[in-house]
Amino acid sequence: MTEIKKLTNGEVEELTKLSNKLKEKCLAMIHNAKSGHPGGNLSALDLMLVLYKHIMNQCCEWDCSPEWDKRDRFVLSKGHASAALYCVLAECEYFGEDELMTFRKLGTRLQGHPGCNCAPGVEIPSGSLGQGLSMANGIALSLKLDKNPAKVFIMLGDGELQEGQVWEAAMSAAHYRLNNVIAIIDRNRLQIDGCTEDVKALEPLADKWRAFGWQVLEINGHDYGQIYGAYREAINISNEKTAPVVIIANTIKGKGVSFMEHNAGWHGKPTKQEEFIKAVEELRGKC
Amino acid sequence: MLTDNKAVSSLRQAYGETLVELGEENKNIVVLDADLACSTQTIRFQKAYPERFFNMGIAEQDAVGTAAGLAYSGKTAFFSTFAVFASGRAWDQVRCSVAHPNLNVKIVATHGGVTVGEDGASHQALEDISLMRSLPNMKVIIPADSVETRAVIRYVARTKGPFYVRLTRPNMPEIFNAKDYDFKPEARVLVPGKDLTIATYGETVVEALKCAEMLKEKGISAEVINVPVIKPLDESTIIESVKKTGVIMTVENHSVIGGLGSAVCETLSEKLPLPVRRVGVRDEFGQSGEYSELMKKYGLVAEKFMDDALALVEIKKKQL
Repeated sequence: MTEIKKLTNGEVEELTKLSNKLKEKCLAMIHNAKSGHPGGNLSALDLMLVLYKHIMNQCCEWDCSPEWDKRDRFVLSKGHASAALYCVLAECEYFGEDELMTFRKLGTRLQGHPGCNCAPGVEIPSGSLGQGLSMANGIALSLKLDKNPAKVFIMLGDGELQEGQVWEAAMSAAHYRLNNVIAIIDRNRLQIDGCTEDVKALEPLADKWRAFGWQVLEINGHDYGQIYGAYREAINISNEKTAPVVIIANTIKGKGVSFMEHNAGWHGKPTKQEEFIKAVEELRGKC
Repeated sequence: MLTDNKAVSSLRQAYGETLVELGEENKNIVVLDADLACSTQTIRFQKAYPERFFNMGIAEQDAVGTAAGLAYSGKTAFFSTFAVFASGRAWDQVRCSVAHPNLNVKIVATHGGVTVGEDGASHQALEDISLMRSLPNMKVIIPADSVETRAVIRYVARTKGPFYVRLTRPNMPEIFNAKDYDFKPEARVLVPGKDLTIATYGETVVEALKCAEMLKEKGISAEVINVPVIKPLDESTIIESVKKTGVIMTVENHSVIGGLGSAVCETLSEKLPLPVRRVGVRDEFGQSGEYSELMKKYGLVAEKFMDDALALVEIKKKQL
């Protein structure tokens, strides 16, 4: 097994600052749009941030170069975390930061759920839950046919795992030995109607993925060292084994804003003015 | 264009053979199936190019999504299963993963309509054209014989974007002459006439031609139009014909809700409001039986729908 590189203290500090800045942007976009999904965006943001900043082989200018084909792909299956994705893409200069405030407005490229021919950097549309892994598998099969070494990262919500298609796709990835697929589960344990375990239990989740033929890693999805380490390990596994890898990232819905944390009520409602101000104050206090 | 060779052949076999030819010509073509490769005849492609064939198991939703991912990455992805599963079971996947991003996925669905036969209602897609026609970006084509099937498959392979192609299970009499048949995405007048228009596609083209012969013996001149492309509908050919004949009858192995009959009504009610009679399955499920018996039972044979044609001509006379 290749030795796994670690983030430096300076890199962790920088990610912490950046994360709080992007969380604020995310909330501002949702507040401005008067609609969106604060909880699931805040739980997923750290995972996307580390992926784009430190892991994926990607570049905002590649679309005009022959190297574009070699980029690693990111598929956001839980499309309601679009605000977090757009913030990360703007941070990586796929498009200007000014555009973020057009989120969910008529005529925007930043559709409520990622649309097609949408914001630069968005690979495929999503929104109807459960469909991303199948599409990621299709991309992975195509990469293999073309002998392209790029990886496909795919983020799923945990509630989304109640969709049957996810398990059809989980079987397909194992059957076709898609070791170029790395799935990330945003395991915030909440969905619209309450706890995942009350609505329809997912546990034992790691065992389920193992039984479907996947290599499983489990981490704290807000610990940058753990996130980075898991991505590196997943890449090593995918280079050495023939099985797909899933990272179960234990996260907190509404992470970073005290009154949103662990609260299913913040799945899909925008902030009132005073709530928004309080949330911004909290996030700035952490920078 | 029409043949008198009296041959009967399989549309599915024509599909499988054409896929193999295309696979040789274009290395970007991939094929997916959902455990029906023998029935849909994609098995021919599997045997020729196993590395570009993916059996997705009995999981149509996953198959459609995987086809979309392959198409997103630059492949031309054909996906086949029975029409009832391709259109119904995986409708949301076709909508969100294929039609919305306008991807190069060709759904070639076999065993459409009541002609599935003995398997009964669960397997008889009578709503598929309606379901697929309502999706933006989706184009819908149903060939009538093996000659048209070969040409349609080649056409969808070279034309960007999503297509739904429906093939029938039974072998069908050859209508078109393979030597000079050239598919164009339009409706075509097969028999010119002046008293009424009969518009149809798929298995009922041959019945409509028979009906026109029978009407001729009664002194009625029917214009028969083959409409393989239900969407986008070739409105001008239909309107031109109805301007001449004054009435139109649609005949299809599909529900009268949402198929060609509906499409023609939508067009004529806005642009040329004249009497229409829709022949098809009337808002009910199918059932088991031999396909020829089922065609009779649901009024899809010339002997049955000739009465509709005569009634329509009477309506026109009364209006004059």
